Amino acid sequence: MLAVIGVDSIEELFSDIKPEHSPKSFNLPKGKSEFEVVEYFRKLALKNSSELIPFIGGGYYDHYVPSVVSSLMSRGEFFTAYTPYQPECSQGTLQALYEYQSAICTMTNMEISNASLYDGGTALYEAAMMAFRITKRKKILIDGGVSPIFKKILKTYTSNLDFEFNETEVVHGTADRKKMYALLDKDTAAVIVQNPNFFGAIDDYTDIVEKAHAAGALVIESVYPISLGLLKTPGEMDVDIVTGEGQSLGLSLNFGGPYLGFMATKKKYARKMPGRIVGQTTDKNGKRCFVNTLQAREQHIRREKATSNICTNVALCALQSIIYMSVIGKNGFKELAQLNLDKAEFAKSVIDKIEGVEVKRSSPTFNEFTVHLPVDASIVVERMIGRGFAAGFPLGRYYKGMEKYMIIVVTEKRTKEEILNYAKALEEVLKVKN
Amino acid sequence: MELIFEKSVEGRRGFLNPCLDVDVKASIPSHLKRAKDCQFPQVSELDVVRHFTNLSKMNYSVDANFYPLGSCTMKYNPRFTESIACMKGFTDVHPLLPQLKKGELLTQGSLEVLYEMDRLLCEITAMDSFTMQPLAGAHGELTGLMMMAAYHKAKGNNKKYIIVPDSSHGTNPATAAIAGYEIISINSDKTGVMDIEELKSKLSDEVAGLMLTCPNTHGIFNSDIKKISEMIHAVDGLMYYDGANLNAVLGRCRPGDIGFDVMHVNLHKTFATPHGGGGPGSGPVGVNKKLIPFLPISRVIKNSSGKYELDYDYPESIGYVASFYGNFSIILRAYAYILYLGKQGLIETSNNAVLNANYLKERLKERFELAYDRICMHESVFSASRQVENGVHATDIAKFLIDKGCHPPTIYFPLTVKEAIMIEPTETESKKAMDEFVDAMFEADDLSRKNPKEFADLPKTTPVSRPDEVKAARELNANYFAE
Repeated sequence: MLAVIGVDSIEELFSDIKPEHSPKSFNLPKGKSEFEVVEYFRKLALKNSSELIPFIGGGYYDHYVPSVVSSLMSRGEFFTAYTPYQPECSQGTLQALYEYQSAICTMTNMEISNASLYDGGTALYEAAMMAFRITKRKKILIDGGVSPIFKKILKTYTSNLDFEFNETEVVHGTADRKKMYALLDKDTAAVIVQNPNFFGAIDDYTDIVEKAHAAGALVIESVYPISLGLLKTPGEMDVDIVTGEGQSLGLSLNFGGPYLGFMATKKKYARKMPGRIVGQTTDKNGKRCFVNTLQAREQHIRREKATSNICTNVALCALQSIIYMSVIGKNGFKELAQLNLDKAEFAKSVIDKIEGVEVKRSSPTFNEFTVHLPVDASIVVERMIGRGFAAGFPLGRYYKGMEKYMIIVVTEKRTKEEILNYAKALEEVLKVKN
Repeated sequence: MELIFEKSVEGRRGFLNPCLDVDVKASIPSHLKRAKDCQFPQVSELDVVRHFTNLSKMNYSVDANFYPLGSCTMKYNPRFTESIACMKGFTDVHPLLPQLKKGELLTQGSLEVLYEMDRLLCEITAMDSFTMQPLAGAHGELTGLMMMAAYHKAKGNNKKYIIVPDSSHGTNPATAAIAGYEIISINSDKTGVMDIEELKSKLSDEVAGLMLTCPNTHGIFNSDIKKISEMIHAVDGLMYYDGANLNAVLGRCRPGDIGFDVMHVNLHKTFATPHGGGGPGSGPVGVNKKLIPFLPISRVIKNSSGKYELDYDYPESIGYVASFYGNFSIILRAYAYILYLGKQGLIETSNNAVLNANYLKERLKERFELAYDRICMHESVFSASRQVENGVHATDIAKFLIDKGCHPPTIYFPLTVKEAIMIEPTETESKKAMDEFVDAMFEADDLSRKNPKEFADLPKTTPVSRPDEVKAARELNANYFAE
């Protein structure tokens, strides 16, 4: 090969890199065999407590993932392909993404979905940017029930830009309409709400949507997909842009990623939407096929005028979720939501009986709810770990003054026995004096 | 092929939920319920398996095909990293656990991965600290640009512009615009690198920084890089290294040593994590001391007792750029890959990537117009200009290659070369695979002279051929359920 190139050594191929560019050090460990590497990680994995029974959620949930999901998505033909730039040899990925987009649309009752964004938090930021582009306005009104993690992300991305965020605190666990309407004006690009909200409360935002539209503003709703087996959909509320964290649609918790940001909107806003979009068309023989479409929005065509800088998104996670949604199916999805609701209501009734513990009931909830404890929730959670439970998420972590509150989630995976044991353990740790 | 929704049969099930073991049948107020059913398909598990298995067969992939997609580094993804990423001790860890009181003790294994990966990437790139949060390369760019903005703000600098060369990836100018900057584009000179005279003429105190891939998308390492970084630093600009092409220079040159202040690494390129049909990727960002205060929070630190923990106490931090700590399972795979290869393996990676690219370049230049006839790094750019004389374009050659069982190179990028064909074989391909590719390219060239009209019928071996992209955009149909 060197002879074909016309050089004597590999060194010559690097002649553009001058001695002055040489590394000052490159002090890395020696390579290892596969066995040694796998053993190293097996031991490392043991340093994580993955056996705690999770009642912790906060937007990221322990749902059961059918075996067929990982078995199909790990096929090398999906796994080791890249962005479908050449549609003829990428119809597998393209059709799967079209099906994914369709599934997101029917789940949310929206008209068009993109092919995925990084995660729920960055998807919400992209939605805010999209609202700025559509309305050419500069203000966002954000409900206090939106995930505090998402709010932090929004703040980061817009701090160098000329946009304004106003937040209204929740009252009795839900959106404060009165305060919200007072702030809604002709500069408002969008109102952001979340369903169920971070405290677990579920709501119908139709009234907010009407008021926002009357003011010329859009409404962005962040949703928890599993809840949509039961809950009123963003489409039914006439919401303009829907985003969400798709982790619960067949993805492992994986210590924070990769996850799946999804986004859907009204067809009239399709050209303002960020991210890849797969569209149906026909080939030269009239056969149905799929391509990346509306690419004139994208960075590889429009450069600095693109709707977003996104390139690689999370196609494989979208694939995982369409496999999940297919195998769960229409009836399974409805049942799954009902099962989550039933188990959470059961847990509420049991936990509510514990002395000193109050389940907040000002709003209906889905599978996550807020409880008030007689002591600091972070201490309770710490003690519960000793009993084998990840008991919940203490709200004091993100909200000043809410140190005695925590949110608890009960998914379909929690058995009656686990719930009763949890309640018993909670009762006992609350009895411990300091 | 039918859509999964078209295979739906009323009442068919593929999965049973766990049974309801509590004596509660709860309901929510009707105004909070959905009225219109969600139309997920009603199919059996076998229906699902067969559907997606058959779909997968319609893809080309690294596992099955030569995939010299320039600028994408489509190397082989070793399988042992998958078994590591699938270990329950890693997959089942909730991301909020380390945010609980003493919760970091529950996740020492995962935090150690993040911490050690930071250390390794620092040594590989000569940066001083990394954040693992960015979820893809472009996301890393945005993180880097926001830190640059924070740096200038903290110093009271009045900066308006980001400089990008015309050969840059589209993500560079798109990112700079989203971060609030205006773009100054610099043309390439005759040798294929950024025109340094033009850079000089456009440089001003208002320049916030320069974004550069090095080697660039022409596959050329800029020997003037130190001079360029001195020029940028002279106006208190910052040097951003787009790590997309890092695969070319492992152990040969480290961005931090040659004047770069901030960079991202595409773990899915250089460090062999699967491309997944378009992600998930991972784009950790490294910075030198100037920018450390602005790194996103949380940061993983090792405390005095040797335990890993999350630290949020950085008042100048730009904040959260992702929900948690990055695409953990991707970082895990890349970390395993680095440990496996070790120092020598990484050096050989670049050696062989560059050797392969030059071999292909030399063999192909006999028939195809080479944009820059010189030693290249990990990739080279050709133009189909000779074939265009016979009416055969880069896209036609791509379709020809598909029929030969080869994924086409990147075409029509970089924008600096007309009818561009950008070829990156990577280090994991054999001489034989490359020779077969050259044969196919030569056959395409033969055909372009003998019977150029035949290209219009290609590809012939694929399930579909030459999709109507105009129709796709004009009669937008992106949702099966759309009315």
